[in-house]
Amino acid sequence: MFEIRFHGRGGQGAVTSAELIAHAAIEEGKFGQAFPSFGPERRGAPVMAFARVSDVTIRNRSAVYNPNGVLVLDPSLLKLVNVGDGLAEGGVIVVSSHRPAEDLRAEFKLPGRLAVVDGLAIAMKTIRRPITNTTMLGALLKATADGDKTLVDLDALEHALHNRFGRIAAPNIAAFKRAFKDTVVLEEN
Amino acid sequence: MSSLPGWKALPPGCPVQTPLSAANNHTGSWRSERPIWNHEQCVQCGVCDMFCPEACIKQTAEGFYEANLDYCKGCGICKQECPTQCISMKQEEE
Amino acid sequence: MGTRKGMEVSIGIAEAVMMADVDVIPAYPITPQTHIVEHLSELVADGHLDAEFVPVESEHSAMSCCCGSVAAGARTFTATSSQGLALMHEILFIASGMRLPMVMAVANRSLSAPISIWNDHGDVMAARDTGWMQIFVENGQEAYDHMMWAFRVSEDHDVLLPIMVNFDGFILSHVVEPIEVWSPEEVKQFLPPYKPPYRLDVDKPWTFGAVGIPDIYLETRMAHNEALIDSQKVMEKAWDEMAEVVGRKYSVLENYKTDDADIVFLTMGGISETCMTAVDQMRDEGKKVGVIRLRMWRPFPFAEVAKELGGRKVVLAVDRALSTGGCGGPVASEIKAALYPLDKRPQVVEFIAGLGGRDVTIGDFKEMYDKGAAVAAGGAVPPYEMVGVRA
Repeated sequence: MFEIRFHGRGGQGAVTSAELIAHAAIEEGKFGQAFPSFGPERRGAPVMAFARVSDVTIRNRSAVYNPNGVLVLDPSLLKLVNVGDGLAEGGVIVVSSHRPAEDLRAEFKLPGRLAVVDGLAIAMKTIRRPITNTTMLGALLKATADGDKTLVDLDALEHALHNRFGRIAAPNIAAFKRAFKDTVVLEEN
Repeated sequence: MSSLPGWKALPPGCPVQTPLSAANNHTGSWRSERPIWNHEQCVQCGVCDMFCPEACIKQTAEGFYEANLDYCKGCGICKQECPTQCISMKQEEE
Repeated sequence: MGTRKGMEVSIGIAEAVMMADVDVIPAYPITPQTHIVEHLSELVADGHLDAEFVPVESEHSAMSCCCGSVAAGARTFTATSSQGLALMHEILFIASGMRLPMVMAVANRSLSAPISIWNDHGDVMAARDTGWMQIFVENGQEAYDHMMWAFRVSEDHDVLLPIMVNFDGFILSHVVEPIEVWSPEEVKQFLPPYKPPYRLDVDKPWTFGAVGIPDIYLETRMAHNEALIDSQKVMEKAWDEMAEVVGRKYSVLENYKTDDADIVFLTMGGISETCMTAVDQMRDEGKKVGVIRLRMWRPFPFAEVAKELGGRKVVLAVDRALSTGGCGGPVASEIKAALYPLDKRPQVVEFIAGLGGRDVTIGDFKEMYDKGAAVAAGGAVPPYEMVGVRA
């Protein structure tokens, strides 16, 4: 079982990110589960979403408290939210930021492994909108990959993006592939 | 013994399956006094018909009004509403 | 064989309602049920579903409209939650009393005040005695399958009662998970078109919902209650036939790892699966514990509950609602009633968990087990506990 917590702001698509991971997992025959931190939708407020990926049926319906992966869509959240809370042993925090990983670790005392990519720059260049949710899935898959084996199959995720975005899927796929390539992972201290 | 049906005999939800079965209930038996129209005063306006809660007042061929005594309960609303006060109530016993 | 797809449970329910070829959907949106009727309105507007979608001005009107449409002979669906179910309350009795078959998905949510949009079973427990059949599902697949099943049971001429399919708000309604969808052939095989035994008809005018004087009300209620109790047989037959069509077998109770269990959890709804995960972990630690999950809530399966729970040492009854100032949990109360006639009864340790959306975790279930184990070892039975409440 791999558990992921997504941090974003209302409107940045954190829930969509979580759902795309679940869709991709289910598509390739695994079990996937995604759900929001339940409540009214509030644009701009810090929000969370959760996803689980497993080879066997997922029955746990409580929130994710010890994530193996944490995805942070907006670097300004690092000042507001303890994104490393409960991070599982060997877990990774993935942040969209233009700053070097070492700087972020030093300033915010981030635990575990740390993966960083400038998701905003990639999104602005490819999607032409300041929305990083699909871009950062590339970073998440890179950071959580075990050798060549990714958390969910890249083709399955591409297919999930197609199903979700239809004719505007192409730039989202390009952005996610670019982030997968560019993400830098800083190992645990 | 009651002649009413037991619970197993009731159709589900207990609908009334005989159309217009309420007409079998001759409410005229509830009446203790009946309306009498004074044709000298009646202007054939039909207000009595309009107000009758039983809708049992009908116009005759001559244009005057009368109650169907099978259903008239003797409530006296027609008498109350008549603008020319041509209706009086007569005790059934008389 | 259906196709396995990832989808939000609410969307799955809407898709299943479309597969059931519903005729009329009177609906009013309320969180966390909104995605169902929102998606159905899209399916109607886009021409995928040939149905009348009636956007009403309140839930009271939604249920009234349902009554009218069923009485006219239409297969009818609606969905609601919490305050919406409360606003429907008086019409719920009318729907069941008039014996109008329909399906309502209830995304269970707590009742105000304080205002809460989150999950518990307070809403449906307030509607417990409305004379509807009521079942609780625990995952998206079960929610999907039970739309087809619910229409079939409800419309059976031996039943003719409305049914609520309860599923937890948010912890089920807003979750994306795999659901195996039915093929049109499977739906056709399992669910015949609705043939009302009688209906509103200008050529054959009948009166529905007339006054029931004291000479007739009692017999009508008796017939209603007997039909509700007897609906279990029709439910079981429909479950058997559904297993033949789609290969998934459901029943009144679901047993999970209970064969040798001295201590069993008794749960209802979505947290049952979290409880099963906790049981998996406790089994690894060598604890003889299992889960019995109530699927059918009305009619209540007294015989099955007595049979399954009778031989245990301790039952951990986990309620998602509170009978304020009363017995504690409504489910535990029924459990105790089912066990009372037995010579040898298990101890019942009661918990009220997850009120107003408070998360119920694997750790919570382990703590409940420890309290049950203390009773099994001879400790006193504690009064019902509000799980996780701050002192």
